[in-house]
Amino acid sequence: MSIQNKTSRRNLLKSTVGLAGLATMSSILPVNRAFAADLTVGFIYVGAKDDYGYNQAHAEGAAAVKAIEGVTVVEEENVPEDVSVQKTMESMINFDSASLIFPTSFGYFDPHILTMAKKYPDVRFEHAGGMWQADKHPMNVGSYFGYIGMGQYLNGIAAGHATKTKKIGFVAAKPIPQVLLNINSFLLGARAVDPTITCQVIFTGEWSLAVKEAEATNALADQGADVITCHVDGPKVVMETAAGRGAFVCGYHANQSSLAPDKYLTGAEWNWAKVYTDMVNTMKDGGTIDNFIRGGLKEGFIKMSPLGPAVPEAGRKQFEETQAEILKGGFAAIKGPLNDNKGNVIATAGQSFVETDVALESMNYLVEGVIGSTN
Amino acid sequence: MGEDIGLWGVPLAIIGGAIRVSTPFLFVSLGECLTERSGRINLGLEGTLVFGAMSAYAIAYETGSPWLGVLAAMIAGTIFGLLHGWICSLPKVNDIAIGIALMLFGMGLAFFFGKSFIQPVAPDLPAISFGFWSDYPQVQAALKVNILFLIGIAASLGLWWMLRNTKIGLRIRVVGDSTDAARAMGLRPNVVKLLSTAAGGAFAGVGGAYLSLYYPGSWNEGISSGQGLMAVALVIFARWNPIYCFWAALLFGGAGALGPALQSVGVTQGYYLFYAAPYVLTLVVMIFTSSAAKTMTGAPAELSITK
Repeated sequence: MSIQNKTSRRNLLKSTVGLAGLATMSSILPVNRAFAADLTVGFIYVGAKDDYGYNQAHAEGAAAVKAIEGVTVVEEENVPEDVSVQKTMESMINFDSASLIFPTSFGYFDPHILTMAKKYPDVRFEHAGGMWQADKHPMNVGSYFGYIGMGQYLNGIAAGHATKTKKIGFVAAKPIPQVLLNINSFLLGARAVDPTITCQVIFTGEWSLAVKEAEATNALADQGADVITCHVDGPKVVMETAAGRGAFVCGYHANQSSLAPDKYLTGAEWNWAKVYTDMVNTMKDGGTIDNFIRGGLKEGFIKMSPLGPAVPEAGRKQFEETQAEILKGGFAAIKGPLNDNKGNVIATAGQSFVETDVALESMNYLVEGVIGSTN
Repeated sequence: MGEDIGLWGVPLAIIGGAIRVSTPFLFVSLGECLTERSGRINLGLEGTLVFGAMSAYAIAYETGSPWLGVLAAMIAGTIFGLLHGWICSLPKVNDIAIGIALMLFGMGLAFFFGKSFIQPVAPDLPAISFGFWSDYPQVQAALKVNILFLIGIAASLGLWWMLRNTKIGLRIRVVGDSTDAARAMGLRPNVVKLLSTAAGGAFAGVGGAYLSLYYPGSWNEGISSGQGLMAVALVIFARWNPIYCFWAALLFGGAGALGPALQSVGVTQGYYLFYAAPYVLTLVVMIFTSSAAKTMTGAPAELSITK
C-alpha cells in the first residue's frame, strides 16, 4: 500500500502536467472540427464489407464517395447494434473529425444515433430506413431509403414466369415494415403473372444466421418452392443452398449472379453510389441534406441485376414492360381489391398505395397468398 | 421438386437437419470430451471452430482441394490446442480463463485473416446420397450425408473404445481423475493433458471445416453463431461419454431444424419459441437426469468445475 501511495502521488503530478500540456496543444493545433478544411465522412457497417449483401451495397456507395475530391472516408466493419456503435461514432467524430456519419444498420438508430445526435449537434447523421420523424427526432439526423419493394415486385414477375410448382419462397430476417413490403411485393409481382401463385415465408429472427438461413432454404425447397429470394444481410448462403437444391433464385441487396449463374433470374440491388455522392456533394458545397430522402428505380436509388438465362421470353417482355411502367413513377404494387392473409381488407377496389406512400413504411401485414405470420 | 409432402416435411426436416447441422456439434463435443477426460476444460473451442472454418475455406479456395482445407483446419486446431495446453501447464494458471482468452483470440485472428475470403467461392466437401431408393427429391436431399458426418460417427465409437479399453485411454482417465495417482504411476500429467487438448483442438478444427466447406458452406464472420460454446455444454449433457455426445449432437441438430420446418408447413405463430427448442430441450433433459443423491456421474474428478 505504501509503495502504491508514493507512486500514485508522483503519477498524479505527472498526469496533471500532461493533461495541461494536452489542453494547450489542442487549443493551438487546428484539431477542432470547424477548422478542418476537408470533409470527413464516416461509414459504419454491422457486418463485413464484402458479404454479397446489405453491407457490400453500402460499401460500394462509400467507395464512390472516396473518389470525390477533398473528401476523406473512414469506415468500420462488424460494429454490433449496441453501445459499441456509439463508441465508433464518438471516435469518428473526435479523432477523425468526421462531420457526416452513415451508421448504415437498422438497429443503430434508436437509441444510439439519437444519443450521439443530441451530444454532437454539429455533426450530421444519416440513417438508412424509415425511422426518422420530424416531430420526435433531432434535426441533425436524416433518414434515406429506396423503394426496393419495387425491385422485389420485378423479382416476383421473373419468379412468376419461372415457377412450375406455383409456389415461391422467401427467407426473411425479421418482420419489420421494409421486410414485409418486400415479401408482399415479391408475391404480388408473381401474381401479376399467375394469380394462383403462393409465397411461403420463413423468418429466421436475425439479420445474419448462416445455419438457420440454410435450414430455412432447405425447408422451403422441401415444401416445393422452386423460386427463392430473401431479405437477410448476406444472401450468399440462401443463394447457394437454394441453387444446390435445384431452385431458381432472385437476388437482393447486391448482384449475386456469380454465385449461381444458371439459376439466377434477376435481383433487386441498391445503388447507394449515386445516393451517397449526391448527399456528400450537397454537404461539401455548403448545402443542407434533406432530412427525408427517398427514391426508387426512377431516381436511381435501386437497380435490377441483368436477367438470367432461365427467364423465358414472355417473362423478359413482361419484366421490361413493368420496369418501364415503374420508371415513369407513381407505380402501385399494393392496390385494391386486396386482403391480408388473415382476411382483413387492405385496399378496396380502386384504392392504391403508390411506391412513395409513407403509409407503406409502417406496413404490418402479409397479403393474401403469403403463407406466414408477422409475429 | 414437385411432389407435395405436406406435414411429412416436419419429421423429414428434423432428420435432415439432424444430419446436416449436427456435425460441428459432434466434432467439437468429441474434442472437448477428450480434453475434459484428461481433467482440463478448453472453453476456447469456439475460437478454434471459427479459425478452423476460416483456414479450411482459405486453403480449399487457394488449392482447389477441400480435403487439404480439412487438413489445414486440423493443423490449426492442433496448434490452438497446444497453445492452450502449454499455457495451462504453467503454474497457477486457470484453464477456464485461458479458454475464454483463446476463444476471443481465435475469432479475432480468423476475422483478420478471413477478410479476403468472404467473397470467393471455395469447393465443397463431397457427400454420399443414401436416398437413392426414394422417388421424393425431399428425401434424397435429407439423406445426403457428408463424409465428415460418417467420420464423426466412427470417431465417437473409436474414442469411446479408446477411453475404455486401451492403455492410452486409461492414462487419460487416470490423469483426469487423480493427478496424484497419475504421478504415483510415473505418468506426466501435464504432457497427457497437453496432448489431449491438442487432439481436442484438432477435432474442433475439423468441425469448423464442415461449417465452411459443406453446410452452410461459405465463410463469413457469423458462421458459427455460438455452436462451439454449445458443444462444450453438450459434453456435460452427454456425461463425458463420446457415444452420448453423438446422440446429443443429433438432438441439437434436429431441434434446430424444427423452427424453419414448422414455419414451412404453416405453423407460423411464435417461431421465436421454436427457435429456443434446443435450449428448452437441454433444460428439460438436465432436470430429468439430475439427481440430488449422485451428482455429476462420469465427471472427471480433476475438472476445475467439479473440484
